[in-house]
Amino acid sequence: MNQLLIDYTLHLADNSLILGQRNSEWCGHGPVLEQDIAITNISLDLIGQARNFYQYAAQLINAQDKSEGPKAPAPLERGFGGEVTEDSLAYLRKEREFSNCLLVEQPNKDWAQTILRQFFFSQYQYLLFEQLQNTKDEQLAAIAEKSLKEITYHLRWSGEWVIRLGDGTEESHQRMIKAIDELWRYTGEMFTPAEYEKTFGIDFNKIKEDWSQKVKIIFDEASLIPPLGGGGAAFMQTGGKTGKHTEHLGYILTELQYMQRAYPRCEW
Amino acid sequence: MNTFDLEKIFQEKIDGEIKIEPKDWMPDAYRKTNIRQISQHAHSEIVGMLPEGNWISRAPSLKRKAILLAKVQDEAGHGLYLYSACETLGITREETINDLHSGKAKYSSIFNYPTLTWADMGAIGWLVDGAAIMNQVMLTRTSYGPYARAMVRICKEESFHQRQGFEILLVLSRGSEEQKAMCQDAINRWWWPSLMMFGPHDSESTNSEQSMKWKIKRKTNDELRQNFVDMCAEQVKILGMKLPDDKLKWNDKKQHYDFGEIDWNEFWNVVKGNGPCNKQRLDARRKAWEEGEWVREAAAAFAEKRKARQQAA
Ligand SMILES: [Fe+2]
Ligand SMILES: [Fe+2]
Ligand SMILES: [Fe+2]
Repeated sequence: MNQLLIDYTLHLADNSLILGQRNSEWCGHGPVLEQDIAITNISLDLIGQARNFYQYAAQLINAQDKSEGPKAPAPLERGFGGEVTEDSLAYLRKEREFSNCLLVEQPNKDWAQTILRQFFFSQYQYLLFEQLQNTKDEQLAAIAEKSLKEITYHLRWSGEWVIRLGDGTEESHQRMIKAIDELWRYTGEMFTPAEYEKTFGIDFNKIKEDWSQKVKIIFDEASLIPPLGGGGAAFMQTGGKTGKHTEHLGYILTELQYMQRAYPRCEW
Repeated sequence: MNTFDLEKIFQEKIDGEIKIEPKDWMPDAYRKTNIRQISQHAHSEIVGMLPEGNWISRAPSLKRKAILLAKVQDEAGHGLYLYSACETLGITREETINDLHSGKAKYSSIFNYPTLTWADMGAIGWLVDGAAIMNQVMLTRTSYGPYARAMVRICKEESFHQRQGFEILLVLSRGSEEQKAMCQDAINRWWWPSLMMFGPHDSESTNSEQSMKWKIKRKTNDELRQNFVDMCAEQVKILGMKLPDDKLKWNDKKQHYDFGEIDWNEFWNVVKGNGPCNKQRLDARRKAWEEGEWVREAAAAFAEKRKARQQAA
């Protein structure tokens, strides 16, 4: 049971960290100053969430370690004064150990793609955390509840941008269509629970139904259409939740983890 | 009233420490000097996001990543306040930004140096934000009201940045041999460019005298630079590091540190555009602006449509 909780917590942490890392690539390069600040804000919120989840996971792993003897998981063997920390989990796990959804690791490309990725994810995260705040694990519930306030803002912001771009100029409309074409295939994975997601009382069918409905409302307003009318027919890529990622993740981790790998066992 | 009287009243206000406000009469040259200085300052905040932005994706811990991201975001906020202050003088943000991209407007040369290691995040916070504060604390009392008020807000955040930068270096200075070396190397590379931030010697500075009379500036370049050297010469001892200047020595008579001469050749070279990153910095800003054009257009088109719909309804 505890291993499932650890795996689940790490999955939630990885989702937030990788999307936060992606969004942070915009900092200093945004299309207009106000939006540079906005996307950085979201990035900061996501990294904050990730830290909460990693800290909790670290606490669980360290406790388990003590009760089960020196059968240390991989990150522990690599330093940090013998304890697993938020940083050892973020900086020393490898490609196949990360369990974030494929959606969040997709490249920023243009503002349309970044916006749509955020909107798809925030809508999902909102529905998920609404349920998660009532889960029996108090710590997870507390983090979910705390995060919901931020997510409400992310969802509103990204939804407004989807509408603005979908219903803006011909060019922005075309770019949104392209973004949908790129990203839609990564949405199905979010609603397909991995083993570790199944024991927390989350109703994934309901999330999927609500998500489709909410996305349709925003798309309608933006004059956008989901592929195949948004039905179940479009093929969906999966694998991220069990560590089978797109080729992008390796490069993200290469940058993210550079310092900890080049200068092991240091304080920063 | 003729111009002579207006100028007299204007100077009396300045001498009486009354702030000049956007709607007040002001000499054309005063307006222009303020536009030049405030826009240059705004551009410095924005271009200044790039060297530190270079390390966001590689920050060595999650806490450091969050702090750095928030810092760079603060600089964007500073840019916003300053562009707004500039707009009160009758020039739009877009015009101001175009002047940056065309190379007509300048920004602080310090941002034309590359950030090579993580320690540079510490050195920039400590030295670059530190030097900026010297200047900006003075500017909280500058004669143009909107500029002075923008500075009050900005200064609070800048001193926070400086402390964070110093703290990065402090951790490195107590770390492994490699970390210590990284720390000293960053100080070596950022020290002289930081001193250059205060500009040419007073004897060489063309704008100084009039700016002092109008109380746009209230201390000279050399005075500010001396204050900065005095401060850093003490702080570096806490780090157990050295400032890269053989001539640096306490002068009991002057009650100040003596220090060596800046390489003015390098200074003018970077000002003229030949610094190690002048091209990359300007290219990056232009790229962001050009690639953002369709986004800004879409937002404007949508706002129009929405307005038309609301009027029709
Ligand atoms: Fe600033
Ligand atoms: Fe500044
Ligand atoms: Fe700063």
